[in-house]
Amino acid sequence: MTNNLLRVRDLCIDAPASKGPIRIAQGIDFDLHRGEVLALIGESGAGKSTIGIATLGAGRGGAYIAQGSILLEGEDIMAKGAARLRSIRGLRVAYVAQSAASAFNPAHRLIDQVTETIISRGIMDRPAARSRAIELFRKLGLPSPETFGEKFPHQASGGQLQRAMTAMAICAGPELIVFDEPTTALDVTTQIEVLLSIRQAIRDEGMAAIYISHDLALVAQIADQIMVLRHGQIVETGPTRDIIERPQQDYTRRLIAVQSVALPTRSSQPVMLEISGINASYGRVPVLHNINLSVAKGRTLALVGESGSGKSTLGKVVAGLLPPDSGRVTLVDRPLSSSLSGRSRQDLRDIQLVHQNPDLALNPRRSVGDSIGQAVTMFRGLTNKDCSREVAHLLEQVNLDPALATRLPHALSGGQKQRVCIARALAANPRLIICDEVTSALDPLVAEGVQNLLRQLQEDEGVSYLFITHDFGAVRAMADEVAVMRQGSVIAYGPTGQVLNAPQDPYTQKLISSVPELRVGWLDDIVAARTAPQNARTEKMT
Amino acid sequence: MTKYLLKRLFAGVLLVLGASAILFFAGELLPGDFASRMLGSQATPEAVEALRQSRGLDQPALTRYLMWLGGLLQGDLGVSLTNGREIGPLIATRLSNTLTLAGLAALVAVPFAVGLGTLAAMYRNTWFDRLVLMLSMVTVATPEFFFAYLAIAFFAVQLHLLPSISIVTSDMSFADKVPLLILPVLTLVVTTSAHMIRLTRASLISVMDSEYAGTAMLKGLPQWKIVLRHLLPNAMSPIAAVVVLNLADLIVGLIIVEAIFAYPGMGQLMVDSVSKQDVTVVQACGLIFAVTYIVLNMIADLLAILLNPRLRYKS
Amino acid sequence: MMLSDARPPRVRRFRLGWLPVSLAAAFCAICLIAALAAPWIAPFDEAEMVGMPWQPPDATFWLGTDQLGRDMLTRIIYGARTSIGLSFAIVTLAFAIGMSLGLFAVTLGGWVDQLISRAVDLFMSLPPLVLALLAISITGTSLVTLTVIAALLAALRVFRLTRSLGLDIASREFVDVARLRGDSTWSIMRHEILPNAAVPLIAEFGLRFVFAFLFVASLSFLGLGVQPPTADWGGMVRENVGAFNYGHMSPLIPAGFIALLAISVNLLGDWFVEKRGKM
Repeated sequence: MTNNLLRVRDLCIDAPASKGPIRIAQGIDFDLHRGEVLALIGESGAGKSTIGIATLGAGRGGAYIAQGSILLEGEDIMAKGAARLRSIRGLRVAYVAQSAASAFNPAHRLIDQVTETIISRGIMDRPAARSRAIELFRKLGLPSPETFGEKFPHQASGGQLQRAMTAMAICAGPELIVFDEPTTALDVTTQIEVLLSIRQAIRDEGMAAIYISHDLALVAQIADQIMVLRHGQIVETGPTRDIIERPQQDYTRRLIAVQSVALPTRSSQPVMLEISGINASYGRVPVLHNINLSVAKGRTLALVGESGSGKSTLGKVVAGLLPPDSGRVTLVDRPLSSSLSGRSRQDLRDIQLVHQNPDLALNPRRSVGDSIGQAVTMFRGLTNKDCSREVAHLLEQVNLDPALATRLPHALSGGQKQRVCIARALAANPRLIICDEVTSALDPLVAEGVQNLLRQLQEDEGVSYLFITHDFGAVRAMADEVAVMRQGSVIAYGPTGQVLNAPQDPYTQKLISSVPELRVGWLDDIVAARTAPQNARTEKMT
Repeated sequence: MTKYLLKRLFAGVLLVLGASAILFFAGELLPGDFASRMLGSQATPEAVEALRQSRGLDQPALTRYLMWLGGLLQGDLGVSLTNGREIGPLIATRLSNTLTLAGLAALVAVPFAVGLGTLAAMYRNTWFDRLVLMLSMVTVATPEFFFAYLAIAFFAVQLHLLPSISIVTSDMSFADKVPLLILPVLTLVVTTSAHMIRLTRASLISVMDSEYAGTAMLKGLPQWKIVLRHLLPNAMSPIAAVVVLNLADLIVGLIIVEAIFAYPGMGQLMVDSVSKQDVTVVQACGLIFAVTYIVLNMIADLLAILLNPRLRYKS
Repeated sequence: MMLSDARPPRVRRFRLGWLPVSLAAAFCAICLIAALAAPWIAPFDEAEMVGMPWQPPDATFWLGTDQLGRDMLTRIIYGARTSIGLSFAIVTLAFAIGMSLGLFAVTLGGWVDQLISRAVDLFMSLPPLVLALLAISITGTSLVTLTVIAALLAALRVFRLTRSLGLDIASREFVDVARLRGDSTWSIMRHEILPNAAVPLIAEFGLRFVFAFLFVASLSFLGLGVQPPTADWGGMVRENVGAFNYGHMSPLIPAGFIALLAISVNLLGDWFVEKRGKM
């Protein structure tokens, strides 16, 4: 028996479409040895998830293997009938989905789902299976492992479900597990814990894994091999250290470069926007507590925090969409009314908002030119020819072809749509643009393009940004100053370098240390740093 | 969850009260009052006045509404406007006839529709599925009387197998009634099944497309186990709700089908009373239909909650 | 998306393609022309007795004659006028009432919205036919009351749809953008909300048309809708029921026209949603 577990040769996958099948993965070759982790990395639509699922002999939306072979220990998994394929799934190859919250059946208790495979295949009886599951819950760091399994999926948190899903995959002791973006939906501090649990479990059980992700820094911590994919084809593949440190292909180099952009320190400027003593709530639920911040002219203040920290709510308060309970927002020297109806046309013009999801922020029935033109007309009073000339100019400013003005939003790509939203904000000649997670929905290279554009516009127009994000990479690339928010309060606030490189409070430290760094061995260092003080303590006790 | 159930029950009671108020005060819109209308234009003023006194018509409308409600609770449905007879006994036999017809139709339609919907979902996008969808679309868009007359034309006129009208009487045994009931039941089954088939199919498909169905498949479970353990428990709640809702819609079909086959039920009584402008009977029948409709709708809501594990076990 | 074994598909997906939609469109067009041009294209007069009762179809009477010896084809053509015209009037009225109330409720919100919505809930908790029968028992049968009652019943649904569409679209971010631009309520309604509500509203118009059409047909069939001698398809079924006793199939002709038109409009509606809804 060789050490080679999985051998994929010239794998081509087709998906049915209205005008005949289209190829979504082409000419994929790789080998996976026992105990090895292979990472599949790429942007959305790169085909990484398609390939991952294909190793279980399955396809989404009718996708099928059109050509090539997947050999598990030398046996083509598709060669025999459906029963043979079923006997492989769950027992020899298992799958961990991106969103455990929807991948668990809402009608059954977690432990019953975790143990289902081994009980229904007659590998273990019920009591043995349950104690195996409990043991795994403990190993994966789930709270009160004896009773955790009695919960229904909706009673557990996202991080807990992702661990339970891992336990479910490991339970039958498969030779290979496919992890499909298992931490993407999680907050950064939860992500690192789940990643650690997964890595430990894989190592302890000695199984091979395919780890699918769009985050290069993340997979650098867990993978032995990395395969970079684009448009369903392999860009390059190799050992993790080689890919990270000596990428051969231009595309890979660009992916890596995105992760290390940093804004140089810039001179200080007078204050443009002052936020003082803001308290706000949704109905009776308080969301923001005494927020005091300021944004300088032509500079960027980043608001960072995990989901639910109140950062987007603060953006709404500044824009005037959510009247605060108390406190005020001052623009240069004039106080802004807390409600939208109390703001003058000039107030509205000076503050513009760009949203996270351009699909929701653009009226799907209005052409690009009309969407931007409406702002040009409302704020600058330009009509007809003057208006269309200005629209063309704005489109050029955000590096789009002016001919796009006649298109409807659905004919544009995600990055193009976000540029249209930025052009629409620029149409007002604003002093401040609130950017609410503007790059979160975009693929890394597209996001980088949008960030570059925003920085360029800041240089040219002197506009200030309130940059709301959960991504520390974006903070380093964009912000002069940063405010860290947690549960509706600002807990750290200062120049970006200072807050990020020498965080003072424990939460910010934890938050920043949880962000994966693009180097091999980063996670090992974190583990070492965590265990060091513990070792010191145990030594003292003995 | 108990809180929600109680809230829903309370809302149901309010709706029933609201419905009764609509029915009662709509009757108030009639020109003249009950006494003058019932006795006609030839009646002496004294006779009208006497009837007015005896039925409490000199009271204000709100008092009379409460009296009407009180009477209803004691089983007193009032008297007919056209012939002055008690409505209660008039309705009693017809109600049991209607319940027989509706019950039989439901008994056939529910398993038929749920079964066909399930099959269509399992063989999605095949010619079988398209055929079922097409036929159910056709029946949704077709009036009851089209099917009824199609059935009459075929079974009664051409083949002389079954009677074209279904006048049942109380002295008939159930076995005697069966041939009379076949065509009305068939018509009701065809017209109420369509919606149930489509919605059963849709709920099953949404469950089949769920990620947890994929999880079950990637666990290597056989198809029947996936359906039984993973799909059905989640599809139960919407399907049950759909079934009950369609039983509520059966009421509308019932009124028309009874009229077609001259079947002596509540629906036919109501239609007759409408053409005679016998408002008190219309009110009584309308209230019975309305209460049934509201109660069935409420049951549908409650079933949807009770069968949903997410709501059953609150975090 | 559903997972399946990654094997090449064995059976082709079953599609009917253009045929049903084209047939439906053709039938709708024929009915519409009949309705608009009835006096010019009908071979006889609406109430003219031209033959013996229930004559079978022949060269003169293409669809035979009815219970009074009137030409069936003529009655069908005039009936199209009544049935389609009436349904159209009902749905137009229903949309005028339902949409304005819906937009009113969405724009004003608060207690106005609550009041209208709860009242609509109450009326919708009753079976529509029962409400209609109650109303007719009080007002008696006339074309005006029939139209108003059916329109009010349909308006309940239109109100609900308009309101939920309005709330859904108003919660989208591009409406926030318009508000931040200082657009007036009217402008937001006109440019942001209505264009996005158009497809579902047009589809609803088709659906409501079918329901109104079937509703009027059912009431006429029960003898409570359009009154003779005016020709209307539902009433024609009722008038000709006696034919069965003589082995004639005459009632099936108007009943078939009702079914075909309802199915055709439904098909066209589905096709429209599928085609325009994707955008």
